[in-house]
Amino acid sequence: MRILVAIKQVPDTAEVRIDPDRGTLVRDGVPSIMNPFDAYALEEGLRWRDALGGEVIAVTMGPPQAEAILREAVSMGVDAAILLSDRAFAGADTWATSHTLAAAVRKLGGVDLVITGKQAIDGDTAQTGPGIAASLNWPQITFVGRVRSLDATAIVAERDVEGGVEVVECPLPVVLTVLKDANVPRMPSLRGKMKARTAEIPRWGRTDLGLEEKDTGLEGSPTRVVRIATPESRPGGTIHTGTAEDLAVKLADILLGEEGKA
Amino acid sequence: MTASIEILQPSCTGCGACVSSCPFGAISLVDGTASVSEACTLCGACESSCPFSAILLRRRSVEEAGASGWTGTMVYAEQRDGSVDRSALELLGAASRLSEAEGGPVTAVLLTADGSEGCRTLIRHGAERIYLVEDPALGHYCTEPSARLLLRIIRQAKPAVVLAAATTTGRDLMPRVAKLLDTGLTADCTGLEYDTEKDSLLQTRPAFGGNIMATIICEHTRPQMATVRPRVMKALEADEARQGEIVRVEPLPGELETRARMKEFIPVEEGIADISEARVIVSGGRGMKSPENFALLTEIAGLLGGSVGASRAAVDSGWMPYPHQVGQTGKTVQPGIYLACGISGAVQHRVGMQSSDRIIAVNRDASAPIFGFCDEGFVADIFEILPALAREIRRRRG
Repeated sequence: MRILVAIKQVPDTAEVRIDPDRGTLVRDGVPSIMNPFDAYALEEGLRWRDALGGEVIAVTMGPPQAEAILREAVSMGVDAAILLSDRAFAGADTWATSHTLAAAVRKLGGVDLVITGKQAIDGDTAQTGPGIAASLNWPQITFVGRVRSLDATAIVAERDVEGGVEVVECPLPVVLTVLKDANVPRMPSLRGKMKARTAEIPRWGRTDLGLEEKDTGLEGSPTRVVRIATPESRPGGTIHTGTAEDLAVKLADILLGEEGKA
Repeated sequence: MTASIEILQPSCTGCGACVSSCPFGAISLVDGTASVSEACTLCGACESSCPFSAILLRRRSVEEAGASGWTGTMVYAEQRDGSVDRSALELLGAASRLSEAEGGPVTAVLLTADGSEGCRTLIRHGAERIYLVEDPALGHYCTEPSARLLLRIIRQAKPAVVLAAATTTGRDLMPRVAKLLDTGLTADCTGLEYDTEKDSLLQTRPAFGGNIMATIICEHTRPQMATVRPRVMKALEADEARQGEIVRVEPLPGELETRARMKEFIPVEEGIADISEARVIVSGGRGMKSPENFALLTEIAGLLGGSVGASRAAVDSGWMPYPHQVGQTGKTVQPGIYLACGISGAVQHRVGMQSSDRIIAVNRDASAPIFGFCDEGFVADIFEILPALAREIRRRRG
């Protein structure tokens, strides 16, 4: 079993602040982390490798410093890690990102399963996984809450959708995007941490992947951000204090009043 | 996407006006003139800021890109349990407003096992033309056939804009189709406007965990595709007088084939209503202190006909299962009432519930951030006020 897990380095969005005068993002001092959903994608790959044998390869597209999350993936136990990094990749939207990641899947060859997190917390698009599947003409199973079974030829997975759970069966190869429900990610082992320090991480650029400039980075991105603004803030409301009994009466007024109107 | 930015050296005085105008911090002064780094997204904010017209942006026009001749707004009408989902009617409302500026027709795509009722509903709510594919295999959403059919219909109909709901279905289908059409897709939009001057759909969405609102355009390729957050756009009032044309599309051989096949659908258990659909959500956080205390919330939610939500802290502590989690790594909800109990209101939670019509917070800590953005705040011990609340509601109901 050859499993590729695509991961992303993101700013810790809980720490992002807005410059109130300019309305721009203040990125200084904001820590970069592995996208939280990607830990579940890695764990899903690792646990099936542990059960079935084979290898898990972590891949990220990003600037040179994105190597940090690949070392983190090595410390969790992945067998290999590859950094897709090139100035030509900068400014990529989800079209160009999925196009580039799909090229890495092709270059590696023999991949049975691509796993990504449900979405990345900086863009929250959830588009890269299906984009990879489309580029490769592979089937996709998105929003996976649990992988029921996996063998050399097929997978059965549960998709969490509005109103219920779809149980989906699919032959390999396939692209999965996983939710936090899927598993509990392992902590890095001491041996893993040591391996991470010295692991060789190859860096593939645009020409290594055989991609044209018009299909990568800013050039290959159909969408463009034209404006960023601070969301309208919700003004603080009425604050009630008093005894629990009095407050409960007030709260009931509000809750039932609203309910009566609907 | 051939496009470039150039600083015209003789004209640039190094005044720095462009440096502070750049939303991406991509311009700096090097040797007394402006220099653009690779962080530049060619957004053009600097172009108008320059007092000396020293910034030249070259953009490829839609005509050059072969993207002219696409017109109208197409809605992918999602179905649920055999009926057209409410989100499709909201999208038709948005499409009707866009078409006033864009000028083209409002169309819908319905892929279904039986479309007679669905077509009537869509026409009543503003669809002027419906591309209908009817086949028993289309009773439940399935990625590959839906993607193939939608792709073919888009290529034939050439709409300028394609919208789908930002549900698990829309977010599964649209990125696949957009990739195959070599066009742009903007996820989870909360605002749509048509800029007739630029002939562009302005797509606004929250990003960076809801910390910013980004407006995105798809300049050179068509169609311009977006998934739209449910319950944000307003549907038109149903009108029996509206007329619409139904265009039947027959599936081609192989078009309905699929590799990923649904074997079974397990509806959510009774009593654990899906929070993303709930009109009232009673939600608990770290302040609930134990899983047993969530029974209080379940009781109140039951009295109000609502569902129970939870913060990440409560889910990570194992007090509530993950499907109930509200927030950045959980679900985004927009109920009529969101009652937050013992939830401090961290950014990660806030982004999942700030679009609720009415936010009511109960917290013992008067300095909790949630009091800064709720509509009604109750500074109280949840273990005193909630049982009293349950009694009060029961008393009034007799």
